[in-house]
Amino acid sequence: MPLEISGLVKRFGTGPDAREVVRGLDLKLERGECFALLGPNGAGKTTTLRCALGLAEASVGSIRLCGLPVPAQAREARARVGVVPQTDSLDPDFTCAENLVVFAGYFGIPERDIRPRVPELLAFAGLEGKENARIQSLSGGMKRRLTLARALVNKPELLILDEPTTGLDPQARHLIWERLRRLTAEGTTILLTTHFMDEAERLAHRLAILDTGRILAQGSPREVIAAHIEPQVVEVFGDWTGEGAASGAAAWAARHAEALSRRCEISGETAFCYTDDAAPLLAHLAHQPGLRTLHRPANLEDVFLKLTGRELRD
Amino acid sequence: MPHATALHFAPPRLSLRFLAVWRRNFLVWKKLALPSIVGNLADPVIYMLGLGYGLGLLVPEVEGVSYIAFLAGGTLAYSTMNAATFEALYSGFSRMHVQKTWEAIMNAPIALDDIVAAELVWAASKSCLAGVAILAVIAAFGFTASPLALAAIPVVFLTGLCFAALGLIMTALAPSYDFFMYYFTLFITPMTLLSGVFFPQGQLPDSVQLIASALPLSHAVSLIRPLLLGQVPAQIGLHLGVLALITVLAFWLALGLTRRRLLK
Repeated sequence: MPLEISGLVKRFGTGPDAREVVRGLDLKLERGECFALLGPNGAGKTTTLRCALGLAEASVGSIRLCGLPVPAQAREARARVGVVPQTDSLDPDFTCAENLVVFAGYFGIPERDIRPRVPELLAFAGLEGKENARIQSLSGGMKRRLTLARALVNKPELLILDEPTTGLDPQARHLIWERLRRLTAEGTTILLTTHFMDEAERLAHRLAILDTGRILAQGSPREVIAAHIEPQVVEVFGDWTGEGAASGAAAWAARHAEALSRRCEISGETAFCYTDDAAPLLAHLAHQPGLRTLHRPANLEDVFLKLTGRELRD
Repeated sequence: MPHATALHFAPPRLSLRFLAVWRRNFLVWKKLALPSIVGNLADPVIYMLGLGYGLGLLVPEVEGVSYIAFLAGGTLAYSTMNAATFEALYSGFSRMHVQKTWEAIMNAPIALDDIVAAELVWAASKSCLAGVAILAVIAAFGFTASPLALAAIPVVFLTGLCFAALGLIMTALAPSYDFFMYYFTLFITPMTLLSGVFFPQGQLPDSVQLIASALPLSHAVSLIRPLLLGQVPAQIGLHLGVLALITVLAFWLALGLTRRRLLK
């Protein structure tokens, strides 16, 4: 099994100041699957990855990475893992090719073995012919892709990506998604963290929603949506001038949402009405002056917001 | 958590894997070798020639040799200290904190212990490369003529290790580059003046002499200066032993502090 985590607890600090960042987490990755860890900032995603790699010691729990116990044999296990960290850590003093060659050296791969693979690795990252380009001349998306190529120098069984597409434009995100799908098709197991729901929905065979150090939901994207939320969503917004002095979508929702939907959440100027059958609600809304509506199937983001709440995380 | 602290300060676990990290630093240095050498060379050589010829007119002889020949050994010692210290502080901090180079390497099968060991040996190597260049200038000007001067090269390397290890303690503690100013003004600069680089320690008041002779740079000067003058240094074992002991203890402490900083 590429990764097996059971009962992981990670505490920082001691005594009354101690913070529990991961609070009893179990995770099992199957060979060849893409697994996404979803969670707001501070949910414990990065800490979980650091523990899995043996870069932080678990307070409680056991971890096996590529079949080897962590932290006892973390170093040996990391030889079979590729990592794309959250922040760029390419060597600014080296060219693209040198970055790959020097990084392969950390795995004990001699230059004569890695040099012939450099063009292929760069091509995989969409960086054909950039062998001698300096890192400073690359865009953010190109740096991210080179970091992906760097994570593949040792032909890893497991690829771990911490927020691989944060800060990238849509073109760059789509290229990375396509490459990751190609890797899983070739049998590489992928573990990624993200807070982009569409990324998880498109890429992940299975996912877990993590908050305050616990897994709140786990399964395939469809399973998680089916298990945790009503299938239909009607978003209601605009200037409601229906009854008396009250106005706006919130005022409308206060009077009518309960009767017409299973559950309604207000966020800013919009009412999110969750329901099994949207027809009566839509019929009612058709006669409300000033209100506008968006009817759509429920998605992962709805589940995520339901489970982790709508307040800001900093 | 006393448990975690004990783990952080456990003895270093070293392996030859540090060589891959050392090589990375060497390859970067190679790209900018000439400006790097000139940078490490120019300052000490200018001081040595300026003070040596200028003050040398006023001070005809120190301890039986010309002032500039006296100054040559001190210059080699303190410039080695400076080169190793700068590398361990500023360049080390860049790689650890700013560029996240260490973080990237730790994702490979290389332990933090190997990375910090590589920084130690690299900073000493770089200071030794600069030291050899300075030694060549000293020899070219005829301030040393003895083959014993070649024996100063391993001493220069050990001096580099000692100050790299001390510097890495600061790097492990530094919140930003500004922090290093304290280390220079409170430790490095006073030590340069007290360690017999520019004048014999015998000129210092007795009480200060006692402290001054214990400073790591004093031990380096006590070894390097006689070698350049063609003499076998007195108390070789003591001086080498102190430099080696400081290296080991400072490296251990630096590694513990770095583990505490990064492995959490």
